[in-house]
This record gives sequence, C-alpha cells and structure tokens, in this order.
Amino acid sequence: MQSVGKNFPRIDGFAKVCGKAKYVDDFFEKDMLYAKIYRSTIANGWVKKIDISKAKAMPGVEAVITFEDVPKHMFPTAGHPYSKDPEHQDVADRNLLTQRVRLYGDEIAAVIAVDELTAEKALRLIEVEYEEYLPILTVEDSLKEEAIEIHEGTKNIIKTTDFSLGELEEAFAESDYIFEDEFITSMVQHCAMENHSAYSYIDENGKIVVVSSTQIPHICRRIIGQALGIPWGRARVIKPYIGGGFGSKQDIVVEPLVAFMTTVVHGKPVKLEFTREETFIASRVRHAFKFKFKTGVNKEGKIIARELTAISNNGAYASHGHSIASNCLTKFRHLYDQKAIRGEATTVYTNLPTAGAMRGYGIPQITFGLESHMEDIARELKLDPIEFRLKNSNQEGYIDPLSGICARSNGLAECVATGKDLIGWDRKKTNKSKDTGAKRRGLGMACFCYKTGTYPFGLELAGARIVLNQDGSIQLQVGATEIGQGSDTVFAQMAAETIGISIEMVSVVSSQDTDITPFDTGSYASRQTYVSGMAVKKAAEEIRMKVLNYAWGMTDIPASALTIIDGWIAYIHNGERVLSLADVALDSYYDTVFAAPITADVTNNARTNALAYGCTFVEIEVDMPTAKVEVLEIYNVHDAGRLINPKLAHAQVHGGVSMALGYALYEQMLFDCKTGRPLNSNLLDYKLMTTLDTPEIGTAFIETYEPTAPYGNKALGEPPAISPAPAIRNAIYDATGVKIYEVPMNPQRLFEKFKETGLL
Amino acid sequence: MYDIAKYEEAGSVQEAIELLLVNPNAMLISGGSDVLIKLHEGKIHDAQLISIHGIAELKGIFLKEDGTIVIGSGASFSQVSKHPIVQQYIPVLGEAVDMVGGPQIRNIGSIGGNICNGVTSADSASTLFAFNAKLEIQGPDGVRYIPIADFYKGPGKVDLRHEEILTTILIAPEDYQGYSGHYIKYAMRNAMDIATLGCVVLCNVEGGKKIKDFRLALGVAAPIPMRCKGTEEQVKGRIFTEALLEEVGKMAIEEVNPRTSWRASKEFRIQLIQELSKRAFRQAFINAGGEL
Amino acid sequence: MLVKKITFKVNGKEVTIEVDIRESLLDVLRNKFHLTGVKKGCSVGECGACTVLIDNMAFDTCIYLAVWADGKEIRTIEGEAKDGKLSKVQQAFLDETAVQCGFCTPGFVMSTTEMLESGKNFSREQIKKELSGHMCRCTGYHNIMLAAEKALGREDKQAVQID
Ligand code: FES
Ligand code: FES
Repeated sequence: MQSVGKNFPRIDGFAKVCGKAKYVDDFFEKDMLYAKIYRSTIANGWVKKIDISKAKAMPGVEAVITFEDVPKHMFPTAGHPYSKDPEHQDVADRNLLTQRVRLYGDEIAAVIAVDELTAEKALRLIEVEYEEYLPILTVEDSLKEEAIEIHEGTKNIIKTTDFSLGELEEAFAESDYIFEDEFITSMVQHCAMENHSAYSYIDENGKIVVVSSTQIPHICRRIIGQALGIPWGRARVIKPYIGGGFGSKQDIVVEPLVAFMTTVVHGKPVKLEFTREETFIASRVRHAFKFKFKTGVNKEGKIIARELTAISNNGAYASHGHSIASNCLTKFRHLYDQKAIRGEATTVYTNLPTAGAMRGYGIPQITFGLESHMEDIARELKLDPIEFRLKNSNQEGYIDPLSGICARSNGLAECVATGKDLIGWDRKKTNKSKDTGAKRRGLGMACFCYKTGTYPFGLELAGARIVLNQDGSIQLQVGATEIGQGSDTVFAQMAAETIGISIEMVSVVSSQDTDITPFDTGSYASRQTYVSGMAVKKAAEEIRMKVLNYAWGMTDIPASALTIIDGWIAYIHNGERVLSLADVALDSYYDTVFAAPITADVTNNARTNALAYGCTFVEIEVDMPTAKVEVLEIYNVHDAGRLINPKLAHAQVHGGVSMALGYALYEQMLFDCKTGRPLNSNLLDYKLMTTLDTPEIGTAFIETYEPTAPYGNKALGEPPAISPAPAIRNAIYDATGVKIYEVPMNPQRLFEKFKETGLL
Repeated sequence: MYDIAKYEEAGSVQEAIELLLVNPNAMLISGGSDVLIKLHEGKIHDAQLISIHGIAELKGIFLKEDGTIVIGSGASFSQVSKHPIVQQYIPVLGEAVDMVGGPQIRNIGSIGGNICNGVTSADSASTLFAFNAKLEIQGPDGVRYIPIADFYKGPGKVDLRHEEILTTILIAPEDYQGYSGHYIKYAMRNAMDIATLGCVVLCNVEGGKKIKDFRLALGVAAPIPMRCKGTEEQVKGRIFTEALLEEVGKMAIEEVNPRTSWRASKEFRIQLIQELSKRAFRQAFINAGGEL
Repeated sequence: MLVKKITFKVNGKEVTIEVDIRESLLDVLRNKFHLTGVKKGCSVGECGACTVLIDNMAFDTCIYLAVWADGKEIRTIEGEAKDGKLSKVQQAFLDETAVQCGFCTPGFVMSTTEMLESGKNFSREQIKKELSGHMCRCTGYHNIMLAAEKALGREDKQAVQID
C-alpha cells in the first residue's frame, strides 16, 4: 500500500481537536514555584545599585536572584549544532542575568515565589538605580565612531562577510544600464500562539529536567549545560506538543534561567512562562535589514553584474549572529545568473530586542528587495517583468560555486506558468486600462528560491529509531520535533511506505526527551522531510531488511525473493502472501531459539542540499483616499519536489502566505525613539491578521522529483513566507505607479507616499 | 490571578453607591474588559473592586412611553447590537458597537464602560454623540442627567464623581425618529482593533433630496469624541449634490484637531476625516431614503 | 481570605467550589479542573485561545472573573466529544486539516459550535466575523474557514483548491 503522496489526516489531529494534546503549561507538578523576571526600564546602561531586600522579605517569596548570583561566563543561544571549530561557534555574549542593560526589558533579576501574583508583586519591591546611556536603535547610530559599545570590544559589529565571483568592475563597465535601489524591512515577531514557557526540577537522580516549548530539545540540553557550567548530560530536556515556533523557539530563551533557578531552590519545580508582552521583546524577532542593490543589464535584457550590500539590525544579543545576513548573501546568488557578482553583509548590535531565526531565515527580507528591484529594472527597460526574470534565472544543473549546492530539479518556469494562468495574468493585463479613480487595481508577482536544510553551512544530523512491536505494528521515534507543521504525520507515512505496512500500524512518539529520543538538531531550515525524512527512510529500510531476513530463517525463502506488502511478507514476483508481518514480529520476540526483537536505530548525516522554487501572483486593489490595500486574489505556486501529504502541504502554504501578508501589509514592532521602550508589544497593537483581514489563499504545486531526497521532496515549511511581500509591492506599483521601498506597506506609509507623489 | 485586594458584589445600583461611599479607593467593574486588562498591564494594582457585573437593572434596553430609547449601561455590546429596539430604531448604533473588538469581547464589554473610559476611539461614543444621547447618572443625592457631549471632559476624563454610577443612556424620539445613519470605523484591521478614526453621519431627508437635518460625529478627530457643528449648520436644509459632499469633507477638517501618535499621523487622520465624512454622508443619505 | 463559594455546571456536571476572587475563569478551569484544552495566549482578550461557552455564548475566560461563573453553565472543548465520538465541528476541523500546532483549535471549535447550535444560517462573511476574535498563526485561517463552513453545512459553497 502506498502511503507517500496520500492525504492522511494528521496523526495528532484527534488529540488536538479534543483539547487533549498537552503543551508545557498543561502539566502540573506538585508544589510548583513560579518565577518572574525583573526587566530593565531603560534600553542602554548599567545597574549601579540594586536592592532586593524588600522583595526577599515578602511572604511567599522563595528566592530572589540578581546578576550577581549567576555564573560569570557567557553562553550562546542559537539553535545551531555545536561546532568543534572555535572559529565557527556561536557568539557567547550573554549571562543568565545581566548588570549591563542592552535593551528595554533586559533581564536583571528574578523572583521565585509560590504563585505568579506573589512573584509579580515582589518585582515591584525591587529597587534599581541605573547609569543610563542614550539608546542606540538604528544601525547608523550603532556604527558611529563615538557610539558606546553594547558589547565590549565589538565596535557593535557582530561580523562582516563578503564574497565575490567574476570581475565585477569589468562586468559593470560592460553593462548598458545600471540600476541602484535601496530597501528597508521592518522588525516583526513570530507570534506563535503559545508563548515561550518552560519549567524545571531536579529529579531523583540529580538530573536537571527542563520541560520546554522548544523546536530544538537536543541543542537546548547542550546550551543549558554550557550556561550553567554543568556536564551536558546532566540536563534533560523534554519537549511536549508545542503551540507554534516559526524560529523563535529555535533559540534558547527561557530554559537556562529556569534550570538555574531550580538549583537555587534545591530542585523544587520552578516555572517560567513569558507573558505575551515578554514574548514580543524578550524572545526573538525577525531582523530589520537595509539592502542596497546594484545591477548591470545589457541591451538584450541579460543581467551582467550584480552587487548587494546588506546591513542587519541584530538587536541586543547575537543569537544566530551573522548567519542570517550571511544566508542572504548565499541566496542572493541562487535565483539569477550573471557574469560577475559581489555581496557584502554586516550584522550590527543595537539596543533593541534580539533578532534570530524566523521562517525564511533572512530570505523574506532579501527577496522583498531583490524581487522589487527586478521588477523596477524590467519596467524601466520596458521588458515583460516575468520574461525578464525567467530569462535571467538559473536553470536545472546550476551549481553554486561557493557552497557547491546544486539544482538537480527546478520547476520555477512551470510554477510561473501556472501562477500566470491561475490569476488570469494575460487576460487581465490586456483588459487593463489605466486606473485613475479612487480604487485602483494592479497585478504583481515575485519568485523565490530556497535551500533545504543547512548543508554545507551546518552539520545536518538526524536520528530515527524504529521498533517492531510484538503485533507487527511499529513505533517510530525521531529527534526532529513536531511543531505544528505535520512532521510526525509525514514521518509515519514514510515509515509505512518503506516498510510496506499501513499507516495505522505506525505510532510516532511525538514528544522528545533528550534522555530517550535519538539525536537530531531539531526543527528548522525546512529540513525535516529531507534530512530527518532520510533517517526515517534508512531506519525503515533496515527494519524491512531485518524482517525479510528473519522471515527467510522462518520459511527458508530467500529474503531476496520477498517483499512486504500491506503488512504481509509476500513473493516479489507475484505478490503471493507467505506469512504475516505479525507472525514474524511475534516470533522475533518469543521464538525460544532465534528470538531477537527487530529494531533499527539510524542517524543520517546529510551531505546534500536541494533547491526549492516558487512564486507568488497577486491582484490587489488600492483604495487611494484611505491608503488601504485589499488583496483580491493571491496564488502561491511551489516546486517542493514530490509531496508527501498534499493536504498538509497546502496547509503549510496557507500559513506561510498569511504570515507573509502580515509582513507585507500589517506587522511591525515599534519603539519609542527616545527611550527604546516597546510601543506595541501585545496582540491588540501588533496587527496580526484576523479572519476578516485574510483573503482566500490560492495554492498550487508543480511536483518535480528531487533525486537527493528520501522521497523526491524538498523544502516547504519556510518557502511560502518568502515571495508574497514583493509580489504585493509590485502590484501596488502596477496599480498606482508608486514604488514602495519598505515593508510593511501599511496605510500610514502609503498615505505618505501618495502625498509625496501628488496622488493625494 | 489578578492583583485584587478587595472584591465586593453589589446587588443593586443603590448598594453599589453605598459601597462606593464608604470606600474612596474602590473602583467599579462591569464587564471587566477594561479593568482586568489594566490590572494585567500593571497599570492598577491592589485593586478594590465593586462589581456591578450582575446587576440586572443595568442591563435593560427598552422604549419609554414617550418614545425615548433607554439602554442600560451594563448592556453588553452584543446585547445592544442584537436588540430588536436598537435594530428597528437606531440600527447605526448597533452597527457601531458590532465593530468593537471581536465577538467574545462584545459579549462581555458593556456600553457604559465604553463611555466611562472617556477615550476618543470608543466605537459607541461618536454614534451616541450624533444621537444627542443623554446620560442618567445616579449618586447618593439622586439622579442627574447630562448630555453625552458634556460628559467627556478630556482624554480619559469624564464627568462622573467617585460615588456616582452611569445607569442608562437615553435617546429622545426627536433625535432618532426620521433619521438614518452610517458609521465607518477605520482601523488597521477589520476586527480586534481600535479605531484610527470613527465617523458617523445621521441624516433626515425630505422628498429624496433635501437634507432636513444632518449630524456628523467623529472619534479620534480630537482628544474626545466630537460633533462638527459648523459643518452641520452648513448642510442643513440643502439639496444633496456631489458638490455638497465635497464641501462636507472640506468643512469637517476645519473643525477637527487630531493628534499624531505612533498609530497614525495627524495629517493622515485629517485625510481620513475628509474622506470618511464624505463616504459616511453618502451612505447615510441613501439609508435615509435619499436619491443620488 | 478572599474566597467565595460558587456553584456552576462544567461540561454537564454540577460543581460547587471555593474560588479565590482574584482568579479568572481561565485560572480555575485550568488549574482546578485541569481542563487544559482552555489555552492561554495573551491573558487580555486578544487571541481567543481561552474561549469557552458560558450559557452557550463564547467568552474569553482570561478576562472573566471566576466568581461570575456562579450559576452558569460552562462548556469547554473537553466536553465536546461524546463517548469517544467527535462532535460535528471537531470532525470537520480534523477532516479539513484545520489544525496545525493545535493551540488555537479549542477556541475556534467552541465558537463554531456556538454558531452551529444557534440554528442560524451564516454567510461566509458572517462566519469570518464570528471567528474574528480568534487568532491563528499557523493556518492562515484557510482550512479553519473550510471546516467551519463544512460544520455549518455550507460545503457546497466551499472554495476550490487547486492541485
Ligand atoms: S488568553 Fe484569553 S483571549 Fe488570549
Ligand atoms: S494551529 Fe497553530 S495557532 Fe492555529
């Protein structure tokens, strides 16, 4: 029976619609204590004096800790695999609590109390005196010669990197036209519906157990070890169901501190749950970027030279450090071809919330700039913007000379053709007369290209373990985490397919526990179906072979003549059933001579990558006098290779597109420019779209086959969030003739632009 | 858990007043969607609450014999918008409060609370301004009545003494009979938002063309909700034309005083006032039987 | 100290308990009854994750004082499946892949249930409006709308998905 490619309902769906799925806050430990963090009310400075005596004396308070009480060494937080090369290790630039205040809301002290309210009230009794500096909120201010260093010895630069291929100056000289543009993207937040939360206790064996809403339990364990300065194996991380992550939980935010706090109260359980307001400023955000593009094109519309300068505002701590800006440089190369290309990126500290990974890892940002820039060039040269893109795009077989990443499948052209059809591009373009009224319609599109996993930049390790139970069912354990995307379901499909059993016979252990679960670096980079999927496939193949060999022993029919079909051992040549898998399973446990339960425990170290492609087509209407954009139709068309579960795949695209629509039109974190105080760190003032704001989201796939993947599949989790923003920007240009260079394209911004251009 | 130091439940308005009298630090809680949020934000702590949540006499909506519409201050937004009297006689008020927050908020938030907050963006306020609503306020010395326009003293400030309670909102027959209206809430999203600008027009139209009466009220166009009286005077008695529509937009922006905040700039709000007063006027005119 | 004895029905069962007057209904349902399907996403009535039906109307329990539940009938997600069989609304959410991380799901299911039981007909726009007090970061609401329409008997008017 075939399982891959089928629309199986989610295996965790039943538990979730019944409210039975358990998340971190749904576990109750006896005598749980609650922690609250004392946050700075300035954005830049030092704590000169702190008085916690009143807080300590408050009834119900178990402990109050400050920066003076925590380990003095610094630790990193990024959800990256550890690197043995010190040069490539993540930046270790924070302590559990800090005396040096680097953002509004920085973590200075913490209270542990019998309940949350007591802890909150105790916070109000803590007295702090600051030495205050002017907050540095922009990269320009941060890079000024006289700027105060947010982290000593850094000049506020986390890192600068560049690359260069071909003779750039010659190539520009050879170009007939040169175009230059600048784009700005805003800071946004993941807004997973479940806030960051974890609790910790010391178990009967002296282990520090942390139950956390994390995408990366195994990395979390290591970082807790680093932060507390304890052997890594002494930390144990358990990840139950989690209420969304989108990258903000690909970072270690609450876990080390809560682990430390349990040690302060002699191992009693302590919980640290962020409020929504804290999640906004104290977890992670998406980097605001500034991009400068320079592109040389010849008379035939071929791109000759390209250059990019990117500056990333990383906020107060390094988190993923320069990796995200550096990913922009890599992706800058992949979509289009040219003779010579150069890129340079800098990542800068400021006194803002720390930026980290968020769905697309820098690529929604650069693609907003790149695809807007491409549109403007095409229009300037009076070329068809779609043809201009396709004419210059890299083809199947393209190899990135710097990373070695190779496009072994590329369905971009088909995606574009499908998108064009779906939206009725040609028809609408021909019928379009120039709008001059209050409501103006426009069409726009944008393309993207995205990696699958992090190879060769990061180690890509994924573990899977399968046990054949006594009744012929299997249990599958993976180190990769289900975070809502549906990975557990597709892993079950993969295992069923490869072993030759029905999906009902597969049970996936959804929770990860670092003491039990195989090692996997976690959920990020759209890697699971590709990297962890390969681990599942390898484990399933091993099980299959072991079963057939065992059956050989039982029946004397050579394994090479046998296969497994729908839970039966059968002849390959005619499908005739020989014996049931359940019989083999029972024998493998209870045969008095040969019993040896059948298991597989596999690690996949992926050393390939695959490029996923796609595009967005959109039609919008601008209400000019009120400066509002309405999305009338939107289609995202993806080449994600072969689909494992089409229904889940479409659902991924809906969610990604919705997030991108928010990025394009609504969302932005705002700060008071004098104090650095957050202005809209709640779900009322930060504008997530509601049902009433979300258009119908059209989705389609071009199924190519990726040979390096376990089942022909490629990245899908992040790609949907990439191309909608530039497509909308280009549609606004089409509708109004106004070019916008900054997201979000919200009414205030459009109003100013329309004023500036005389449209209002 | 909320930081509540004391909690008392009043069974009647009288009892609530008595409780207020003896405790100068007490504050009223009705629906809770305002007080509890302030508690969560830490803007209030150790709150001493007197709950009027369960007082039935505050929730009624009915028609007096003389045609006055009476709305209890404790009526939730959804009770107001779904009430047959509101739907029949003053549907525009129902439409306005149906744009507050989302459904769950409308089930709990009370119209009286919305007014007593004294914020300029309250969806109910501008519409009640247009209806010349009167407020009935009960205190230890009895009952007093005050036009809603006089109730608002400044941002977040209303004419309500500590031991007083807003009990009902009254709309006189001459203020709604013959009128139709239209409310436009301009916000960044279509639900769960506060108005960047609220705009309501009430019209009384004669013979399909002539505007017998015209009222224009705005929220967020000034520190408190307001009427554009000057514009209203200019429109009364005129025949509806596109030119008049343009005039209304232009006149309205002469009367307003919006502010720049991180939510929107003064200039943008002025643009919205000009545009939305036209749009609301056109729709209100049509709703009132006007022929374009 | 600040306690009050209240009696109410939760998922069909009458209970009398002492609640701390400082507790929200969310606190009580989760911590005392372990009805953890009632989720907390914001604590201030902005996300809808904590929605339950009180006397068959949807409320955010995070901004509803527990003492107000006295005499009320409360329904949470835990009471919706009967004898292991999903309710019509739950089944529709499962069938339409309207669930991803699942954190918002109980709230959406409860509001959709209120609509279904009202017996009224809802247009697509009205359904959107009735669900607009819930936030979901995973689904883009697309499949949630399909599920709600299906549960409310509007399948025929469902949007077509292009494969
Ligand atoms: S937790 Fe109640 S609405 Fe968000
Ligand atoms: S399914 Fe994750 S928030 Fe809705």
